Amino acid sequence: MPPPPLLRLSGITKRFGALVANDGISLDLDRGEVLALLGENGAGKSTLVSILFGHYVADEGRIDVDGQPLPPGQPGAALAAGIGMVHQHFTLADNLTVLDNVMLGTEGLWQPFSRRRAARAALLDTAQRFGLQVDPDARVAALSVGERQRVEILKALVSFGRKQGARILILDEPTAVLTPQESESLFATLGQMVAAGLAIIFISHKLDEVLRVSQRIAVLRGGKLVGVLPAQGADKALLAEAMVGRRVAPAVKHAHETGAVVAQLQGVTLHGPGPNPRLADVELQLRAGQVLAVAGVAGNGQQALAELLCGEHAPDAGTIHVDGRALPAHPRAWVQAGVARIPEDRHAVGVVGDLPLWENAFLERYASPPFSRAGLIDRRHARAHAATLVQRFDVRGTEAAGLDTPARSLSGGNMQKLILGRALMGQLPRLIVANQPTWGLDVGAVAYVHQQLLDAAAQGSAVLLISEDLDEIFALADLIAVMHQGRLSAPRPRADWTLAAIGLAMAGADGVAHAA
Amino acid sequence: MRLERRTRSSRLALVAAPLGAVLATLVLSSLLVAWAGAPVGRAYLLLMEGGFGSRFAITETLTRATPLILTGLAAAVAFRARLYNIGAEGQLYAGALAAVAVGGLHGGSGFEVSPWLLFPLMVAAAMLAGALLLLGPALLKSRFGVDEVVTTLLLNFIVLLGVSALLDGPMKDPSAMGWPQSVALQDTLQLDKLVPRSRVHTGLPAALALSVALWALLRFSTLGFEIRAVGSGARAAAFAGMPVAAVGVKVALLSGALAGLAGAVEVAGRTGYVTLDMSPGYGTSGVVIAMLAMLNPLGVVAAAVFVAGMLVGADSMSRAVAVPTYIADVITAIALVCMLVATLLTQYRIRT
Repeated sequence: MPPPPLLRLSGITKRFGALVANDGISLDLDRGEVLALLGENGAGKSTLVSILFGHYVADEGRIDVDGQPLPPGQPGAALAAGIGMVHQHFTLADNLTVLDNVMLGTEGLWQPFSRRRAARAALLDTAQRFGLQVDPDARVAALSVGERQRVEILKALVSFGRKQGARILILDEPTAVLTPQESESLFATLGQMVAAGLAIIFISHKLDEVLRVSQRIAVLRGGKLVGVLPAQGADKALLAEAMVGRRVAPAVKHAHETGAVVAQLQGVTLHGPGPNPRLADVELQLRAGQVLAVAGVAGNGQQALAELLCGEHAPDAGTIHVDGRALPAHPRAWVQAGVARIPEDRHAVGVVGDLPLWENAFLERYASPPFSRAGLIDRRHARAHAATLVQRFDVRGTEAAGLDTPARSLSGGNMQKLILGRALMGQLPRLIVANQPTWGLDVGAVAYVHQQLLDAAAQGSAVLLISEDLDEIFALADLIAVMHQGRLSAPRPRADWTLAAIGLAMAGADGVAHAA
Repeated sequence: MRLERRTRSSRLALVAAPLGAVLATLVLSSLLVAWAGAPVGRAYLLLMEGGFGSRFAITETLTRATPLILTGLAAAVAFRARLYNIGAEGQLYAGALAAVAVGGLHGGSGFEVSPWLLFPLMVAAAMLAGALLLLGPALLKSRFGVDEVVTTLLLNFIVLLGVSALLDGPMKDPSAMGWPQSVALQDTLQLDKLVPRSRVHTGLPAALALSVALWALLRFSTLGFEIRAVGSGARAAAFAGMPVAAVGVKVALLSGALAGLAGAVEVAGRTGYVTLDMSPGYGTSGVVIAMLAMLNPLGVVAAAVFVAGMLVGADSMSRAVAVPTYIADVITAIALVCMLVATLLTQYRIRT
């Protein structure tokens, strides 16, 4: 009899009410391999690994690690069995050092002395073995995103405080927050881990990465396992089709004229809470019919730029003009000036989740006619407006409750369509500020959002696209500028950029970020 | 065992939740009644009879319910905007005192102004006093992020001690034989009785009208939309251009005014003067009532009548069987906890 695989999932089924998140999924994972879990948002990837890690309990099915059944619903048992997980959103305590974070939760309350020395040795040993350099005494708050991810991985791998370190490492969308160079270094680390006999589950919806790092690819769609195929010789187009279930035409960019300057930022500076400004001396011109993309690693001032251009703050220094006018720092004035705003966090900022769809559909214009007269909301007009929006922007998920569906219960893609519709319906916007407009959306919704932005640009809107997704930037932008530590490089035509050059600029390599 | 968020709550569940909560409350409370050594069935029967079983019982319950509706509305509207006003008790006393200050028999006669003018002035003064009392905490919250739960809660003590000082000082009734009570309200300002030979007064229909008005405000008006949006998603409301700080101030003024009005209504409708025990915790009960009503102004009426019935019924029950009147407070408290659990269950399901 051959030895049992390192990890075996058999017939995992998980339902949330009527929704079947995982439908009879069976998978094997062997030592020394990277298995990619590929699927759109909502395909069931996160649910599956949450069951594996003990966050959820499967309704049916079983999990065996090394031939031993894994007790369901106990993250402690999963850890003890050697399953480690690196979440997409890090779970580190910012105010503690790297060593403290690694030790967190490993020591009992009644242990008289902390075993820091042993922990440090174990940490350094593991770091060395997998080429994950970090300073054990650095505070996590001071680390870059890439370094934090290394700490997360180390935390999973270090054997300190338990029988063994992780043998199975789950990485949930690990490259979402990294520069291309950091991603490369992560892939190299993965190679070392696999060589050392670890098994890795790599969750992603990016095809290039998946083909690059994994040996086998498991494609999930709508909670079902569509198939498992070897990465070698896999065809990108076929994978995409398997993932989405149909052909998705990428957004089409039509050539058109570029018009006059719509928005102009001169010497814009915004102070931060600390000594470093959130934005430093930003110069920017946005022209009608042009898509200008701002690339950068999260947290380098893109959010501040978006907030300024959405009318949430006034700059501390410098000027912003839209159509030649300086606007007051009040969102209403910006909406009235024809600025369409798509915020980064669609759940917390884009919509009021508990309010119904129809009330969210006029949230930006509620205070003036025709939505509001003499202090009263014109409910009939507002509902008609929402109905038109739902139809024109193809918002789904309203079958049960119609326009009264709480915005919270819409899927990410449909929520984004609602926000897009709210911003774009009516007059053509002068300026569109789209901050990470496709973050976390599935392929179909991404293509839809891209097409809406490109169409608006073709009709003469100026578009500012802030994104961390370089594929998106290259697909949409006419001009690309890179943001690093609050500074914005001079925009250059897309054709002048290479992936490597952008990566360097995102990492703050001098001479690129500040050139020209 | 864990909780999972439901994708949507059914209408049936939203109706069943309060009823289930009341049922669970009665079951849980019966354990305490049994512990006190009283026959549970008889005790509950007496409780119901005492609260709702006779003309007297019903009128007493409605009299008690009147200020509770107002403080319940004060809490409900504030909580809708996530302004956790725990200070309705203090605002009620401030309102009562302001009412007496305007309409009291100072120097034996009071201000000699037509009651047609003085009555609205009295009401306005009471509402203003309550509103201003909540304005401070609301501004501290919006400007400096000071937790309004702490400030409003502590203001209660300050106000009560201040009232105590005034009742022993400048506001003291010289004809009260040393009792710390305020001068009496002018007779012309007293509210009419609604039902003869009872204490129910015209404050009740006023409170009912206000609850309908508040319901309509929240549902149909632009301000109501702002209140609901700011309460359930302040960040999104601000992004959309809602004046979040201004909405907070408006809600504070509204909530404080309602609690202040409760004080004026009590003075003008029931007591006739201010004493330090005129409110047996109407302000804090208002919080419970608002939660029981799931912050719905119309539900506040039902919840206030329920709480008032328990309070009145417990009085008469304790006279007949050996259960202390505190059972009413316990029932109200258990009802709150049950209601919170029931509300949770409308939004989450339990998975094992």
